Amino acid sequence: MLIKKGAEASLYLEDWHGRKAILKKRAPKKYRVPELDKEIQTRRTKHEPQVMHRAKEAGVPTPIVFLVDLEEATIVMEYVDGKQVKQVLNGLLQDERKRLCGRIGELVGKLHSNGIVHGDLTTSNIILTPSGGVVFVDFGLSEQTSEVEARGVDLHLMKRAIASTHFMHAEECFDAVMAGYEKIAGKKAACEVLEKVAKIERRGRYISER
Amino acid sequence: MCLPKIVGSVRKGYCLGIESTADDFGAGVVAFGGEVLSNVNDTYVPERGGIHPREAARHHADVAGKVIAEALKRAKIGYNELAAIAFSQGPGLGPCLRTGATAARALASYLSIPLVGVNHCVAHIEIGKHATGARDPVALYVSGGNTIVSAYEARRYRVFGETLDIAVGNCLDVFVREAGLRAEARKAPGKVVEELAAKGKRFVSLPYTVKGMDLSFSGLLTAAVSLLREKKVAIEDVCFSFQETAFSMLTEVTERVLAHTEKGEVLLTGGVAANLRLQSMLRTMAEDHGTRFLVVPREFSADNGAMIAWAGILNFNHGITIPVEKSFVKLKWRLDTVEVPWVEEQEC
Repeated sequence: MLIKKGAEASLYLEDWHGRKAILKKRAPKKYRVPELDKEIQTRRTKHEPQVMHRAKEAGVPTPIVFLVDLEEATIVMEYVDGKQVKQVLNGLLQDERKRLCGRIGELVGKLHSNGIVHGDLTTSNIILTPSGGVVFVDFGLSEQTSEVEARGVDLHLMKRAIASTHFMHAEECFDAVMAGYEKIAGKKAACEVLEKVAKIERRGRYISER
Repeated sequence: MCLPKIVGSVRKGYCLGIESTADDFGAGVVAFGGEVLSNVNDTYVPERGGIHPREAARHHADVAGKVIAEALKRAKIGYNELAAIAFSQGPGLGPCLRTGATAARALASYLSIPLVGVNHCVAHIEIGKHATGARDPVALYVSGGNTIVSAYEARRYRVFGETLDIAVGNCLDVFVREAGLRAEARKAPGKVVEELAAKGKRFVSLPYTVKGMDLSFSGLLTAAVSLLREKKVAIEDVCFSFQETAFSMLTEVTERVLAHTEKGEVLLTGGVAANLRLQSMLRTMAEDHGTRFLVVPREFSADNGAMIAWAGILNFNHGITIPVEKSFVKLKWRLDTVEVPWVEEQEC
């Protein structure tokens, strides 16, 4: 069953030996010559689970990968039960909200400190499980880099996502994220990346959500 | 979905546009109603190597009088019929910009008519919209100096994706030069690659660098040039692989911006827009998304004076003019810092 169609891939809800699973399929692009298309699809299908595994090594929960099919450019992975942070954040009490944002900040700090940049860090791509765990999903645009610019873009996306969907508590939420981030990455790295975020905003290349 | 429309009063009169950001010196006359009456151009061709800014500026100064006079002659109007002078205020090469600006200031002062400083990137998008009827597109603007994926949002053309290093046109230019291919000086470098690529069959893997909605061409250029020097792969196949890689990157980021913004049109504009392979890739992608694909006509794809005149009219109609004493050129004037109040969103 198709549950999401993006520019890069489609997500299907499937059964994996009695477990709920997500099948992520990168569709061939008709505009690319087949040789190039194949090469890109294969590379990305390989890269995504690798980064998910690296994230786990950094202490950041990501879905379990069941199967990678390079030929078909598909990844079968665990369906993470829970709700997108986007859906729940506004309904939480202030303390819970701050705690959740702090936890998210810590996990982003862990990713960045381990040379991983998520690439699409929004509250839609973070799942809150029924037991209160936080799981990061969709590493399709992720990169292994230690560039401050890439980290800045990551946090800028986070800030923008918070500001657009959780505007009532935007400042408080982002401050909590940064507090968690600082706890893991250190004061220097946190300041550096915040400066970058401000610079990216001044560049005006990213717009506020409609 | 919100569709912008062009607003503002349409007056009678003509605007002269002067373009001189890089190797082209252009002058065009456009009527306030939107009709392009003339579009004259003279290109500086370096004896060897790339554009030397000072040499290009010298060329522009030499031809300015002739090109402007020719533009008015072809438009069949006199200087006294001009209501405004528009010029490319940036971004571009300093000496070249200053030459065009000097001509524009002198004319505006002499004729006592308003001067309009136009952003070169805005002009490429506006002439594309004007010539194709696009209303609210995702615009891919590709040229020797710029590679930008942009869409209108809240009073500005926002930059969603762009090159992190060199422009795609620059990448093509340098490749052609390094390959010693520029046999006919009058032929655009992109055309040389396009023709050779059409004969290529074998695809060779080259660096494909897309980062989110941004791209990078420097690695591709280096790899393509070394592949050529090794002489193990036929030049047609190198051109084919080089072009396929570069244009697939452009199409992919355009697709991402299209999916993100949910616009209903894709507009291709700028000098590289003339490439038929790039057009066909974007058309395929746009059709896959059920959106319209539009491409700027050839006469307006490269840098030209008419696009400056048209953007000048849009600005002028919104009271945006600039006093001569404040008309400094802006070498790094970003597209997304310019307000474009004439594109206004209709009520949804």
